Amino acid sequence: MPKLSDIVPKVRSKNAGPFWLTVDVFCGDPATFARVAAALDTAAVAALYGQPAGLVKRFDIPELNVVKFSFPRPVVQGSADDRDMHGAQWAHLLAEAQVA
Amino acid sequence: MPTRVLVPSGVLGLGFDRAALARGVAMRPDIIAIDGGSTDSGPYSLGAGVSKYARAATKSEWAELMAARRAAGVPLVIGTAGTCGADATVDWMAAITAEIAAETGERLRVARLYSGQPPARVAAALAGGRLRPLMPAPAVTAEGLHAMTNIVALAGAEQVQAALATGAEIVIAGRTTDTAIIAALPLARREHPGACWHGAKIAECGALCSTNPTSGVIVVDFDTAGFTVAPMAEGAACTPQSVSAHMLYENADPFLLHEPGGHLDVRGARYVALDDRRVRVEGSCWVPGPYTVKLEGARVAGYQTTILAVLRDPRYVARARDWVARLSAFLAETIARRMGLAPPEYRLEFRLIGVEAALGALENRTGAPVEVGVLGIVTAASQTTATEIGKLINPFVLHYPLTDDEELPTFAFPYSPATTDRGALYEFALNHVMHLDDPMEAFRLEVAEVGPAVANAEAL
Repeated sequence: MPKLSDIVPKVRSKNAGPFWLTVDVFCGDPATFARVAAALDTAAVAALYGQPAGLVKRFDIPELNVVKFSFPRPVVQGSADDRDMHGAQWAHLLAEAQVA
Repeated sequence: MPTRVLVPSGVLGLGFDRAALARGVAMRPDIIAIDGGSTDSGPYSLGAGVSKYARAATKSEWAELMAARRAAGVPLVIGTAGTCGADATVDWMAAITAEIAAETGERLRVARLYSGQPPARVAAALAGGRLRPLMPAPAVTAEGLHAMTNIVALAGAEQVQAALATGAEIVIAGRTTDTAIIAALPLARREHPGACWHGAKIAECGALCSTNPTSGVIVVDFDTAGFTVAPMAEGAACTPQSVSAHMLYENADPFLLHEPGGHLDVRGARYVALDDRRVRVEGSCWVPGPYTVKLEGARVAGYQTTILAVLRDPRYVARARDWVARLSAFLAETIARRMGLAPPEYRLEFRLIGVEAALGALENRTGAPVEVGVLGIVTAASQTTATEIGKLINPFVLHYPLTDDEELPTFAFPYSPATTDRGALYEFALNHVMHLDDPMEAFRLEVAEVGPAVANAEAL
């Protein structure tokens, strides 16, 4: 199975305020969007980031060919446990996930 | 009558395209609005009450915007002045403004909008059931509120409008929502409220909503039906895709945006290309609600000392995790024996750069790095203790062996001393909204004239 980053142009993550993280999967075209939207399992994405699936908000946006996930930051921004102040490196966990 | 807002860039201090700014000024905007900060760099700015950007960068860009304001003859507004929008950074920005005015000989009326919250006010709101936690919110007590070094409330359009109503040529606002400084004037002029907030959200990062994100400057025209956005840089374009995609950026929900006094719903928005560089948006909806302002607060969570060693010895590189586990156990025992301290009185953590430094326990890949950086972070209740622990562990981070029966290794320290005192570690301590009866009850407005009084009298 390919990695998500092998089939989509871009996966981006960023803080959405100090307490939330948001991950955008830019699929590029409708066919890829349909494939990715079907292949990405919200519970599996939640597990990747160590979050309960119930806290993950998912937005499938066909107009932009984007699948977006938002969830509480695995650790609060800037706390002693935080390793990534801007939250941008977390994208690679999803980018490297295998998709059908 | 449409209201034209010129946004020079996403934040003061990052630079903008000068030719594009001149083009924007030539379009005769009604106001120039720029953001001065965000929480994006972390809690330090708010905790310490200082700007993250260099004073020199801020001053030179602000001087250019003040000149643009003079040329356009319209108000200039900065929101979240000095990165965090605390009272101290509003004063910092006001001092820079006065300095520039003195240098250029310009006499100006400057309004300062203060967003700082006395802990007692927030504690009273907590006691009165007027403080509501968002998800996820840290636990809050009156005592905890008094221990915070800075608390700010995010002003909305009403407070910025009050500042503009003073007749000020320059408004230096403390913490505001990113959108409020852009939405304030068009809302005051009764443009379409959904369009005012939506256009402001699209414009808040400057040209990030265009195909040339770093060019900075954009112009938004608001009217009673919608808004039109256009980039000012040569060759830059706004497309329905670039504009609508901006709703994704740093937004947990790309369709709903909460602001003081209601929320924006853009699910019905239609994005249409007017030509090859301008986009027209209609159909966004403002939904009025209770008047609440979001709070941000920061407190000291300890003091830190760090140490960095680099492992290049291939045997240690290959077994870096084992080495750190063994070193950590030894150091815990040594710190207990020599200093009488045990967690949680202090905290000592090693992050392995090249192995798991960015993702920690979530990292699911392994590789074969050439070298491994070992970043040790000590956190303690005082800098004295953190520094002392740093010195205590220093020789062991340098020499600790992987097994008992081998010659002591010596790793690479990149500098001397090997330890670095980081000072206070701040943390965000509020994710709450506070209910207000009157938008101005938690904000303070001051107006002053700056610049040479004599020159002004002569001009009169």
